[in-house]
Amino acid sequence: MTIMTLLRFVSDAAREMFRGPQKYWGWLGLLTVIVVIGGFQYARQAQEGLVVTGMSDQVSWGFYIANFAFLVGIAAAAVLLVIPAYLFDRKDVKEVVLIGEGMAVAAVVMAMAFVTVDLGRPDRLWHLLPGIGEFNWPLSLLAWDIVVLTGYLVLNLAIPFYVLFSKYRGKEPNFRAYFPFVVLAMFWAISIHTVTAFLFSANPARPFWHTALLGPRFIASAFASGPALIILTLQAVRKFTDYPISQSVIDLLALIMTFALQISLFFVGAELFTDFYNEGAHAASMHYLFLGIGDFGALRPWIWTALAMNLVAVAILMINPLRRHVTTLNFACVLAFIGIWIEKGMGLVIPGFIPTPLGEIFEYTPTVPELLITAGVWALGMLVFTLITKAVIAIQSGRISLHKQPEPAKVGDFIR
Amino acid sequence: MSTDRDPEEQERFEKARRRFLKGAGIGAAATAAAATLPAPAWGGQTLGDAFGSFFQKHYKRMNPDEINAALGRIERRARDRYGVDIKCGNAPPLEGVVFGYALNLSRCKGYRECVAGCIKENNQGRDSQVQYIRVLQMNKGDMNLEHSEHYYNPKEVPVPGKFYLPVQCMQCDDPPCVKACPVKATWMEPDGVTVVDYDWCIGCRYCMAACPYWARHFNWTKPQIPAEELNPDTHYLGNRPRPLGVVEKCHFCLQRTRKGRQPACEEACPTGARVFGNLLDPNSEIRFILANKTVFRLKEELGTEPKFWYYTDE
Repeated sequence: MTIMTLLRFVSDAAREMFRGPQKYWGWLGLLTVIVVIGGFQYARQAQEGLVVTGMSDQVSWGFYIANFAFLVGIAAAAVLLVIPAYLFDRKDVKEVVLIGEGMAVAAVVMAMAFVTVDLGRPDRLWHLLPGIGEFNWPLSLLAWDIVVLTGYLVLNLAIPFYVLFSKYRGKEPNFRAYFPFVVLAMFWAISIHTVTAFLFSANPARPFWHTALLGPRFIASAFASGPALIILTLQAVRKFTDYPISQSVIDLLALIMTFALQISLFFVGAELFTDFYNEGAHAASMHYLFLGIGDFGALRPWIWTALAMNLVAVAILMINPLRRHVTTLNFACVLAFIGIWIEKGMGLVIPGFIPTPLGEIFEYTPTVPELLITAGVWALGMLVFTLITKAVIAIQSGRISLHKQPEPAKVGDFIR
Repeated sequence: MSTDRDPEEQERFEKARRRFLKGAGIGAAATAAAATLPAPAWGGQTLGDAFGSFFQKHYKRMNPDEINAALGRIERRARDRYGVDIKCGNAPPLEGVVFGYALNLSRCKGYRECVAGCIKENNQGRDSQVQYIRVLQMNKGDMNLEHSEHYYNPKEVPVPGKFYLPVQCMQCDDPPCVKACPVKATWMEPDGVTVVDYDWCIGCRYCMAACPYWARHFNWTKPQIPAEELNPDTHYLGNRPRPLGVVEKCHFCLQRTRKGRQPACEEACPTGARVFGNLLDPNSEIRFILANKTVFRLKEELGTEPKFWYYTDE
């Protein structure tokens, strides 16, 4: 009986994912087209090798790993909804917490996809599997990252699945049964971004990353960029669906984002002071990033833009009326999201390689195939998020449930 | 253009013919049915070889039969790709030997013969320009690597006011690259040399980020080597032709040094600046240098314990 219920739950949810008005299908179609374009470019990369990217022996990680680092932060930020929802039992947050967890799932999927497209031999991924492969855990930080990301993905699939399945059967989820996992997920969220920071800071070979502040910086900036994205997304949900989104949730996230962005900027300032007051070898990469070295300074305009965006965002957020006004708040969210994407993405990964450990300066620019593959991965993540959210809203609002006769799929749903 | 094939087509035909004959030849041996099928879809390999390569185990987990099968596949692949018969060996580390290197900076004149010798010996991709040794042209009185010139090209070396600092894998005794690898595709052998299993590496390049000496290089493209320049004397963990998408590095010419020969860079050096030897042999020249010269190691403060020393004539 339970198996049958489970199957019906899955099929009802799946049917819901592919039902909607023309606009919805247009959105899915657009994302699919971008994924397919990225897929073709990836096929080319697999055929010819990573030579189609802008990477080199000098700058051996690029745009893919930059996006990876950023997206792990977005995934971790779901905890900012999980804590108030489950720990402080805030009803308004509880209503949207599953959307946040859906975003975490999409972000982890993207992060994993970015690492995979960066591999020289994706055909050998099975070498990572414990048992038949050789998994260098606990020594390798990359092995740690795989463990924590996989665990986080499972937690963020399992908890919402349980809650939604209960709801679907018209039962209250057993709080005692899933609360331990919720607590685990809270610590786990911090761990994924800390481990990702340690992946970089573990390398004395790269002075730019080799700082104890990197972990805290990652968390602080994630708690600014994550809420920025959630605020924008919740408003989109409010606009395109009839699902109620409380303004109090957005106010709470805006406040968290304000504090996090202040702390993040303070950390950046602390790094700049330490590097530049007495400029030693440690500061070379920072010098390259902010001021350029000789004729080389490709990242200079980007990092100053990012810094300006974050400063304007924090100024808006710190002025109460502006933070409460929807237009200025959204503007601040866009600024902070892009600002941190630059700062923690390209602004963190690339300077680590410039200059090289042997003092060579060799710049990096992503190529067109690299940009298209990146766009494909982002579109894949948005697709995952859209489908999850579609089903979550339908179940949460009680539109589909076990006791309701499922509406027969109309032909029009698929061809409209 | 009537019935004559153009050269490109002719070449493709030749390749297919060779593959077919080879397939027929080894078909009797092992995976008879699969190996006789010439299957261009598998990257020019027979289906049996493609299958064997895909499921090949980690080097340290293979039994002698599996290693021999792997060596056979490497030789067949080289014949198929370069048209050259190579010999791929698997010589184990020598007992009581840990290799080390010492380099006399007073003698190095920046000729880069070591670089050229290394490229030839180790079958490095010519167009991909993978080089294990980089010679830095440094300003006298300055050890700052950021002031070094990597692509110096004067009429004559040595340039007055400059000295030359060759850098390659330091064969650290506590190698950060080995820790970094998520799949244990790189490790330190008992003779102190850090090697890569090119058939196990997944190409994540974390080891390259971890290396303080920029000693690791990635095959961004399929390495191209002129057939007549291919060194046919190869080792599984050493200079065998590398596949696309994996990391490689200096391995102290395992294919030579495990048979008691000098590494190619030492042999190529016209000034005698390089001294390679067994650190466990108290009578070796390298031990004499360590005992009697003022030596230093590059970035010693990072704690990786390099087994590569620099010294000067007093």
